[in-house]
Amino acid sequence: MHENTDGAAPTVQQLTFNLAGEEYGVDILSVREIRGWSRVTRIPQTPDHLLGVLNLRGAIVPIMDLRLRFGLERESYGDSTVVIIVAVAERLFGIVVDAVSDVVDIDPSAIKPVPDMGAVVDTRYLKGLATHVERMVMLLDVDKLMRPEDVETLDAALPHVREVEVAA
Amino acid sequence: MGAVDLTQFHKTFFEESLEGLDAMEAALLALDSGSTDHELVHTIFRAAHSIKGGAATFGFAEVAAFTHVAESLLEEVRSERRGVDGELIDLLLRSVDCLRAMLDHTSHGLPAADADSEALRGELVRLVSGEAAPAPAAATPAAASVDGWAIRFVALPHLLQTGNDPLRLFRELQQLGQLDVCRAFVVDAAPTQLAELDPGQCWLGWELRLHGAVARADVAAVFDWVEGDCELTIEPIAAASVAPVAPVAVAPTLVAPPVAAPAAPVASPAPASAPRPVRETAAASSEGSSIRVGIDKVDALINMMGELVITQSMLSDIGEHFHLSQLERLREGLLQLERNTRELQESVMRIRMLPIGSVFNRFPRLVRDLERKLGKQVKLELHGEHTELDKTVLEKIGDPLVHLVRNAIDHGLESPEQRRAAGKNETGTLRLDAYHEGGNIVVQISDDGAGLNRAAIVAKAEQRGLIRPGQEVDDAEVAELIFQPGFSTAAQATDLSGRGVGMDVVRRNVRDLGGSVGVRSQSGKGSVFTIALPLTLAIIDGLVTAVGEERYIVPLISIVESLRLRPEMVRKIAGGGEVFHFRNEYLPIMRLHRAFGCNAAITEIERGIVVVVEEEGRRVGLLVDDLLGQQQAVVKSLEAHYQRVQGISGATILSDGSVALIVDVCGVVRLGQRGKAAA
Repeated sequence: MHENTDGAAPTVQQLTFNLAGEEYGVDILSVREIRGWSRVTRIPQTPDHLLGVLNLRGAIVPIMDLRLRFGLERESYGDSTVVIIVAVAERLFGIVVDAVSDVVDIDPSAIKPVPDMGAVVDTRYLKGLATHVERMVMLLDVDKLMRPEDVETLDAALPHVREVEVAA
Repeated sequence: MGAVDLTQFHKTFFEESLEGLDAMEAALLALDSGSTDHELVHTIFRAAHSIKGGAATFGFAEVAAFTHVAESLLEEVRSERRGVDGELIDLLLRSVDCLRAMLDHTSHGLPAADADSEALRGELVRLVSGEAAPAPAAATPAAASVDGWAIRFVALPHLLQTGNDPLRLFRELQQLGQLDVCRAFVVDAAPTQLAELDPGQCWLGWELRLHGAVARADVAAVFDWVEGDCELTIEPIAAASVAPVAPVAVAPTLVAPPVAAPAAPVASPAPASAPRPVRETAAASSEGSSIRVGIDKVDALINMMGELVITQSMLSDIGEHFHLSQLERLREGLLQLERNTRELQESVMRIRMLPIGSVFNRFPRLVRDLERKLGKQVKLELHGEHTELDKTVLEKIGDPLVHLVRNAIDHGLESPEQRRAAGKNETGTLRLDAYHEGGNIVVQISDDGAGLNRAAIVAKAEQRGLIRPGQEVDDAEVAELIFQPGFSTAAQATDLSGRGVGMDVVRRNVRDLGGSVGVRSQSGKGSVFTIALPLTLAIIDGLVTAVGEERYIVPLISIVESLRLRPEMVRKIAGGGEVFHFRNEYLPIMRLHRAFGCNAAITEIERGIVVVVEEEGRRVGLLVDDLLGQQQAVVKSLEAHYQRVQGISGATILSDGSVALIVDVCGVVRLGQRGKAAA
């Protein structure tokens, strides 16, 4: 987030990209690098969406397919397929997206919460929805993308646990 | 000016105190082995004194009180009023242990004193005050004959700058007896202008009276540290002396004013600060998260870096206007770059290297304690203490070594009577060697004891079902038996006099470090345990294998043999498992492509290659497509950016820039068992 001292509303810059025809945004401050698709080394015992690891100047960085992560159809990788390397708490990981489109300024106050879609649509990786030039951009919560599955399962189970406690 | 937050110095105090205790221990052991060097006594005394002073400063009263008694005892030794004997050294060594525990407790915010420490303190007190310390010939008045001491203490201006605090001294005095302050005064030479007043200087003096039967030496000892920073007179109070004038309780307010005076501009030239008391700090002992690196190593790095920069600029120069005629220069430049890189790598690795001496240092004490406990006589020889190895390896090798040393004394060396009967010197020799051999560090623990008790080991192994009754076993196999899991526990429970207390644990620990452990033994002559360790954990020797589209690296140290199997050599056993016959045993085949879920791998066993690996005494055959060659692999962690993956110990980067995973043989074997259980 940019702190403007001249009184103008601070804006957040988002790198937008395309995935299965929809536009998503990721906070530009967490983006480290954008690179073309290259072969990765598969890792055993990992979920499908984790494609493997690649060598990023000596660091072994995991790469995930965002389509698979969102439960979408897998797409074959082409020339426009890119990997966005993001950093969360000094840990790097890459996300494979269909294409990168733009860097846009978004007014934080214009970010709307993600409506509750029920169990049908998985919205836990979204931070909010924003509008940019009459297009909707879904803002990605990168922190949550790379969390180990068991933490997620635990998170998902927690509300139920609380309910049980209340009932007891 | 607020009070200084002393807690920030606690860590340093604990570190220095532990180093002091190490120095004390080493000096005590040297004394024990018959050295008469008077400097040793001074070393011990100084260490105790520093700890006492520090502990009092930081308000660790229990530690200070304990050290105080120990120090009094040491003072008697120092002034040659008490002779050094084994009993005294025993007591002092126990005090060192006790202090170590107390410091440990204190550093964790727990009460330092417990029943043990109090008992030990009582013992020390009895020794100091009571029994037969022969009366000194020196003219020191006996403590009992005086009522107390009149002390005149005038601080020199720079007293505070040497890190001393009068208040702390008074607190210490208070512990000796009842302390009255008769007069506190300002020195005549003190500046009269407020502007000239420097809060860093002390212009105060005190006249004190200390009541009680206290030895003069004890009083003087309190002021040891300020010697040269003050004017001090200590005189006995005559029985008919004047009653103390208006006793003033020692309170912080007494010293506070000059210290807390407004920070005036430093007008008066500060006197050259007096030399600080020299502290003895042991150079070794650096188990913390930081390492001390010799300046020469850093200089070497900087040199290397300079060369690399030169090479880089040369190469970029060639690259800018490249012409085919420069091909030879380019090749030279690349060679130079390679050399620079290798040298830089070596230098960087060397930073993590520490001498093994820091681990060896703990053995003299261990050996001494075991000698006493087991009634044996042992001469310990240490060789190659300066051999350096990786910090990580160093930290983890301590326990296995302790184990081996303990075993060697407990089971290897015989009692003096047995040794005499066998025509040997009554004192057994235990020798620790460390040296480089190839890319490895070798640590040897050798003794001239009885050697492995073959009969007992074989009997035990038969009983445990490890070998068939009557089976012929050669020496190598006997040696191998003691490393068998479970063998040790049984041996211990029945108190069998063969070696083998937790040898499987030793082997596992060493294996975890990528090393190996072996034993050679000769009946009646002794045994030699040899541990070979990699220089560093950061680089391993590996075999690059292909499985489908992937490359996996198998650590060379785990590989027994690689072979191609003919179809008829493979047997299927119930449950779908596959085994093959290898050196008199049936080994399970583990299909790596199945364990790791690789695509397009060879599935016919006869077309692939089976790599026999051994881990924790178990062997399995890993089926891979092909062997691509041997390579040194720089180990990179998967956890840095991802998480632990079962069956994989890390990753490395191949020469083409792609990533290859390193197989964790243990993990893969477990993975296979789980797969079988699930199937």
